[in-house]
Amino acid sequence: MLVCIRGLRFLRGARMIFGGVDLDIPRGKVTAIMGPSGTGKTTLLRLIGGQLRPDAGSIRVDGQEVPRLRHRALYELRKRMGMLFQSGALLTDLSVFDNVAFPLREHSALSEPMIRDLVLMKLQAVGLRGARDMMPAELSGGMARRVALARAIALDPTMIMYDEPFTGLDPISKGAAVQLIRLLNDALGLTSIIVSHDVQETASISDYLYVLSDGEVVEQGSPEALNRSSSAWVQQFMQGLPDGPVPFHYPAAEYLDDLLVGA
Amino acid sequence: MQTSRWIEIVVGVFVAAGIGAFFVLAMKVSNLSEFGGQNGYTVTAEFDNIGGLKVRAPVTVAGVTVGRVSSIQFDNDRYEAVVRMNIEKRYDKFPVDTSARIFTAGLLGEQYVSLQPGGAEQYLKDGSRIKLTQSALVLEQLIGQLLFSKASGGPSAQ
Amino acid sequence: MEAAGVIDWLQHMGRFGLGLFERLGRAGLFLVQVLGGLGSLLPRPGLVVAQVYSAGVLSLLIIVVSGLFVGMVLGLQGYNTLVKFNAEESLGVVVSLSLVRELGPVISALLFAGRAGSALTAEIGLMKATEQLSGMEMMAVDPLKRVVAPRFLAGVISLPLLAVIFSMVGVFGGYFVGVDLLGVDPGAFWSQMQSKVDFQVDILNGVIKSAVFGFVVTWIAVFEGYDAVPTSEGVSRATTRTVVYASLAVLALDFVLTAIMFKGM
Repeated sequence: MLVCIRGLRFLRGARMIFGGVDLDIPRGKVTAIMGPSGTGKTTLLRLIGGQLRPDAGSIRVDGQEVPRLRHRALYELRKRMGMLFQSGALLTDLSVFDNVAFPLREHSALSEPMIRDLVLMKLQAVGLRGARDMMPAELSGGMARRVALARAIALDPTMIMYDEPFTGLDPISKGAAVQLIRLLNDALGLTSIIVSHDVQETASISDYLYVLSDGEVVEQGSPEALNRSSSAWVQQFMQGLPDGPVPFHYPAAEYLDDLLVGA
Repeated sequence: MQTSRWIEIVVGVFVAAGIGAFFVLAMKVSNLSEFGGQNGYTVTAEFDNIGGLKVRAPVTVAGVTVGRVSSIQFDNDRYEAVVRMNIEKRYDKFPVDTSARIFTAGLLGEQYVSLQPGGAEQYLKDGSRIKLTQSALVLEQLIGQLLFSKASGGPSAQ
Repeated sequence: MEAAGVIDWLQHMGRFGLGLFERLGRAGLFLVQVLGGLGSLLPRPGLVVAQVYSAGVLSLLIIVVSGLFVGMVLGLQGYNTLVKFNAEESLGVVVSLSLVRELGPVISALLFAGRAGSALTAEIGLMKATEQLSGMEMMAVDPLKRVVAPRFLAGVISLPLLAVIFSMVGVFGGYFVGVDLLGVDPGAFWSQMQSKVDFQVDILNGVIKSAVFGFVVTWIAVFEGYDAVPTSEGVSRATTRTVVYASLAVLALDFVLTAIMFKGM
């Protein structure tokens, strides 16, 4: 197990985001964490990365208790984690090449020619070697995310976290992203954590799924197991049905009564 | 991020311009060039009344500034003001019987120390003490003297 | 009903006051962290150089033009007043002392806060809003060391340089108006100035003032950006706060510093 979460509790103000969550992320596999918007999936990634501290519970990454790490140890651990933000989070004043080279220049003492070769290799892996001199403002959403992916694997991390990698992409880019995530995971021996609510795409490449709702793990298992789930709620989620346990209509008074008010 | 050579050059020019401006201010605008700073020798003089003399006031001979007042203190035993003056090293030929007076620049200007060279053969050096001094003229004393002399000067009626 | 309104207002004030202290505390801790990160800049001067360009060099135009005009106005106004006492020969003294002691450090600090300070706040705030700072953290690069510290150091270095340039340009502006246009004797202009302007008391103190201003203005600018609410509205509010707070701080500090440095003058 690369990541081991037990009894995680996290509150934002008065709202409970997580109320006792247990999760295991096995090494070398693609694990997905799914759920409706607002369940705190991004928050979970930030907790794993140490950007937020839980109110209770333990988060172990590679044997280390993340919330208890001191500044230097935390930064050391982060060198082995890659994170892909929803927006890509590229540095806007640097070119594509410089963005991918950034972690290499900051953390390794490699010479410029070596860095150049590494950057080109990473860009080649995501299919954007020809775009190396473009600026982030000139890239489409899908391309920006691919550059961010190249940057995330620049230091050859042990694991990568993807925050909504498919949201807002056109079908072609989506297909490319889906394939890329699985390919990189297997080719580089990574551990991938995907946080998403794009059920079809995520399920097609994941080895294991967790479904979160209301701060708890509602269901977990392989994609096939979830498709055969007996829970009506999970079925509604997996198949994208507009109505079911999560109702279509926001709670309101009887329709006829509403229309006849004032008659 | 690599800084381009152009930016480095421009920043260098900027810093140089700033330092240059500082030197212009120091040399052309302030009194730095005239006051040689630490190479001077110190001479003391005691006055009954220094009037409005301030530290850094000029010390002149024949109207030319040869030094500055470096400190003004009070001698508790002799009830006199002790003025220390820093004289530039190149002016080292003041006889030991040189006198020091406190004058006022213009009518209402700031006060300064004027040295009148004497005729002795030995010269003042670092730590010497000027024995002949004349205090500053205080306006109230002058008026008092004037009134007194008028009152006792003659039977000027009404 | 009256009492309820007053209690509400008191609660509001209390919360406001506590919030103020909380912010001040955050700003203080932030400053300590940034100062701690300055050490990491020693092997990487390029970062600071790039920021000195953006904060200092790009402010040169407004500083030089303003300095020139302020100096010229001082020359004009100074002459108008001094000529009534037949003291126009002292114009050099008036112009140079006003600039070197007060106007140089203060006006350049205010201009700096408006131009460079607001740019710093906006830049850092936008980096926060677009998750670039967060991304850097996850890449194990401390944004305080990589982004904030160079900008802070650049501000502290740039402002004294700008203030000195302002004063110098102003003196020449005053010379141009006083001597070339209004006929003051050039010899008297410079010689009176040189005898009355003291290097240590006037010029050095002016430089110390602008160094203090640089420290405070840059601190405020960088903190507001880092602390901004990560939305476009939040960034715009943070930028406004920088300009207002930094300007007020400069004026208040100027009074305090002047009282300390120039007492009895």
